[in-house]
Amino acid sequence: MSSRALAFAAIAAICMSVLPARAAVSLSEVAGRYVINQNGSSIHFSIANAGGGSLRGDFSRFSGTIRLDNNDVGRSAVAITIFPESVVTGESRVDDFLRSDAVFDVANEKEIRFRSTGVQRTSDDTALITGRLTARGKTFPEKFSVELAGLKSGNLQFHVTGTVLRSRYGMDVGTPIYSNVVVFDMMLTGRRG
Amino acid sequence: MGLRLTNTTSTYGWGAIILHWVIAILFIGQFVLGLAMSRVTSQRTAFELIQLHKSFGFLLLGLVVLRIAWRLGGVTPRLPPQTGLLERRTAPLAHFALYLFQVALPLSGWALVSASVLAIPSMPFGLFVMPNLPLGMSAGAEGFWLKAHSYLAYAGMALAALHVAAAFRHHFWLGDNVLLRMIAPSFGNGRRGAE
Repeated sequence: MSSRALAFAAIAAICMSVLPARAAVSLSEVAGRYVINQNGSSIHFSIANAGGGSLRGDFSRFSGTIRLDNNDVGRSAVAITIFPESVVTGESRVDDFLRSDAVFDVANEKEIRFRSTGVQRTSDDTALITGRLTARGKTFPEKFSVELAGLKSGNLQFHVTGTVLRSRYGMDVGTPIYSNVVVFDMMLTGRRG
Repeated sequence: MGLRLTNTTSTYGWGAIILHWVIAILFIGQFVLGLAMSRVTSQRTAFELIQLHKSFGFLLLGLVVLRIAWRLGGVTPRLPPQTGLLERRTAPLAHFALYLFQVALPLSGWALVSASVLAIPSMPFGLFVMPNLPLGMSAGAEGFWLKAHSYLAYAGMALAALHVAAAFRHHFWLGDNVLLRMIAPSFGNGRRGAE
């Protein structure tokens, strides 16, 4: 059994209600609380522009936990908090713009939060996580695709992708020059703790 | 008299008159908008005003090209015969300079957005993507074109003020039809004008 398949047991806890019988590791072995470690994790986003390019950036500060429930998978949960003031694009004027009340309004809104509400397995090592995203005081249901990226020395690593419509969160500035769709590409490493 | 579009040797037609005033309003409006967008504190408002400034800049450039073609393709009314020799010699230079600014200002703005490292696409009035001029993007080039655009704007406004002062001089001091004939083809018929 490959380490990939072994590791899937972990994601399965969040991803499905029944563990695959062929998984060589039991839920009880990987169940527990994992803290997202910024080392080995990244939250990248990009917004396409009408000229064919895109605005790309990262959030350098975020935190979160993944709780794998041994007895009731449905009670497993993912919680991620992003600190928008940590946005970095490589151009300070863009960073200042994103932090201003034109976009994140970091003076008044310190956090962007995602709280999972459900998980659905989509293949051996992928899943769809649904949850509620809160930004600038507005909350909407969102979904992200999760792919198991690795299990190493007690660390679980997930590749998470998804899209969010920024207009719903009062961040529609610049449309249609910049797309309303924000594409997220995240690598999240959780350390048992 | 009817709706005359083209100029004669003594009067402007509606084509030249409408282009003159639309461009004049846009020219002054762009200057005010340019000042406002660089001073407003809200970043969102600033962004939106800058995009509006770019949109009107492209519109202005298109109208100026049309205006130059219109001028080159027709006749230009003569100055009244009593106009002094000095003004007869300098007025064409001043008008040429005004045309030069009308072209250089929007072009320098286009160069600025093309060279800007922010790489924000130009989308006039949200209708279509206007390609950038083939200039390399760099902070240095952006700084250069920002200064050039700004200095040209102040110099252009100074020249426009001189143009307005000259028109008022003709109207109030010399009492000829030079100002009125730019308002409507039939205006100023009772005044001294070109034969």
